[in-house]
Amino acid sequence: MMRMRARTEDILPFALLLPSVIYLGLLILIPMIQALLLAVQADNGTFTTEFVDRMTGDVNFSDAWRNTLLLLVLIVPLQIVLALAMALLIHSRFRGHGIFLYIYAIPLAISDLAAGILWLSIFTERGYLNTVGQGVGLIQTPPVYLSFENFGGLLAAIVIAESWRATAIVMVILVAGLQLIPRDYFEAADLFGANRIRRTIHVVLPLLRPSLQSALIIRTIFAFQTFAVVLALAGRNLPVIAAEAYNWYANNRNAHLAASYALLLLALTIAFTVVYLRVLGLREAEVKRA
Amino acid sequence: MNARTVDRTLIYGSAILLALWVIVPFYLIFLSAFSRPNDVFVYPKPLIPTSFSTETMEFFLQSTGVFASVLNSIAVAAITIVLSLALGAPAGYALARFTFRGRQGFQLIVLATKMFPVAILSIPLAVAFLRLGLYDNIVGVALVHTSMALPFVILVTAGVFAGVSNELEEAAMTLGCSRFTAFLRVALPLALPGLAAAAIFTFVISWNEVFAASILTLRQRTLPALVLFALQQSPLYFKFAGGFFMVMPAVVFIFFMRRYLLNLWGGR
Repeated sequence: MMRMRARTEDILPFALLLPSVIYLGLLILIPMIQALLLAVQADNGTFTTEFVDRMTGDVNFSDAWRNTLLLLVLIVPLQIVLALAMALLIHSRFRGHGIFLYIYAIPLAISDLAAGILWLSIFTERGYLNTVGQGVGLIQTPPVYLSFENFGGLLAAIVIAESWRATAIVMVILVAGLQLIPRDYFEAADLFGANRIRRTIHVVLPLLRPSLQSALIIRTIFAFQTFAVVLALAGRNLPVIAAEAYNWYANNRNAHLAASYALLLLALTIAFTVVYLRVLGLREAEVKRA
Repeated sequence: MNARTVDRTLIYGSAILLALWVIVPFYLIFLSAFSRPNDVFVYPKPLIPTSFSTETMEFFLQSTGVFASVLNSIAVAAITIVLSLALGAPAGYALARFTFRGRQGFQLIVLATKMFPVAILSIPLAVAFLRLGLYDNIVGVALVHTSMALPFVILVTAGVFAGVSNELEEAAMTLGCSRFTAFLRVALPLALPGLAAAAIFTFVISWNEVFAASILTLRQRTLPALVLFALQQSPLYFKFAGGFFMVMPAVVFIFFMRRYLLNLWGGR
């Protein structure tokens, strides 16, 4: 009896994990292999570089690359700075900080598509930005931000909309990270007369490093997948890699090219994760928190 | 003014400024969605609701396919919640209660799948689902949403069960419960609020997901897939109404989940 009990206790954790392992194998591992095959195998089964060649030779390819990386380097730092400001404010536990945490967190549950549409109402020619701009006398005639000719306008609109949405995710990671820092550190800094700004730079930021790093990795990876916010604000006037994958399947019904772009996304995700881990010298324990 | 007053003014000033940055777009989409369709051509725009009208929202909700797509979105989310909790909660329980070989490996797999680009799942699965008869089917979409939500659900439920004292379960077992009945009568009731939060979290993932839903459907669109598809040819007021309709649940959900925000999204 005792023996049987011990046996089931040994097997139980594996039995509990098995369903999710099988499911993730079926719906993640197999599709990944199939995506690879779609990219390098023609319909008749012969291996070919035709699709990869067509992708790299496509008119939108280099633009998609440039725009995806451009959005990444513009959006991620902006998000981290904004989120850090929010998190530090919340962590100072002023009266009513709970309400502000709730407000800052609302965009957590908003899709990038919806965020794009929200900001569309602001950036369109007869939108709220121009209304306010003209109201305070900044502009004489309403400029058109979201047009094919105005690359800077399109880019700025996407950067603002996506920063607005995803800052909440970073903010929550940082607030959670701040809570892990023992109060003693803050009190010690107070004791030595550190003012708020010096305390933040010399005590809080170094201790918050693991959270900042995981936020950086997560946001970088998801920045590659930026897609619906771009379509909502710029249509097809600003190609990005994820939107190319979508268009090749949804509009051109070409699974081979769509899969090639999808593989490119996966390669970027893996490459950047590895680079970050090397450069930042993350330990396994720190990655876990991501 | 003394230093304390300056300090407090600075804190509240910047907190309010950041709050306005978050809130103002919500207010403006509300204004846009609740004005008359023709008001999109009005310039300059009124900044207060001078011409409140439900005409735009009515137009949106009565447009072909919108009502059906809302039902599809809800059905997809419901299937996703059931599947990912049924598969993920046991795994979460195992992570919270047992130390076993391969535990680290499993956690790494879960983390890796969390960051998987949805494009690389959707496109091959669209091809496979065409053969299996799951293409343009809400079950197919729910299967992909489950694979996206499952890693989150495993980690969140692990946290939830870790928060329920193991000693209570052991006490129940010494009093004659089997492990299963101890779980059912002791751990599960205590874990219920956390599991409910995990369910809402899963709903949010599914309700917001655009890429897979658009790739895997043609007629059985979910709401985001329908709106994305309509971006190219629909008038501005249709987009604004759609945007408002998609955003509304977010405000409510975050309110209900405010106690769990850090556990769900904080990544601990």
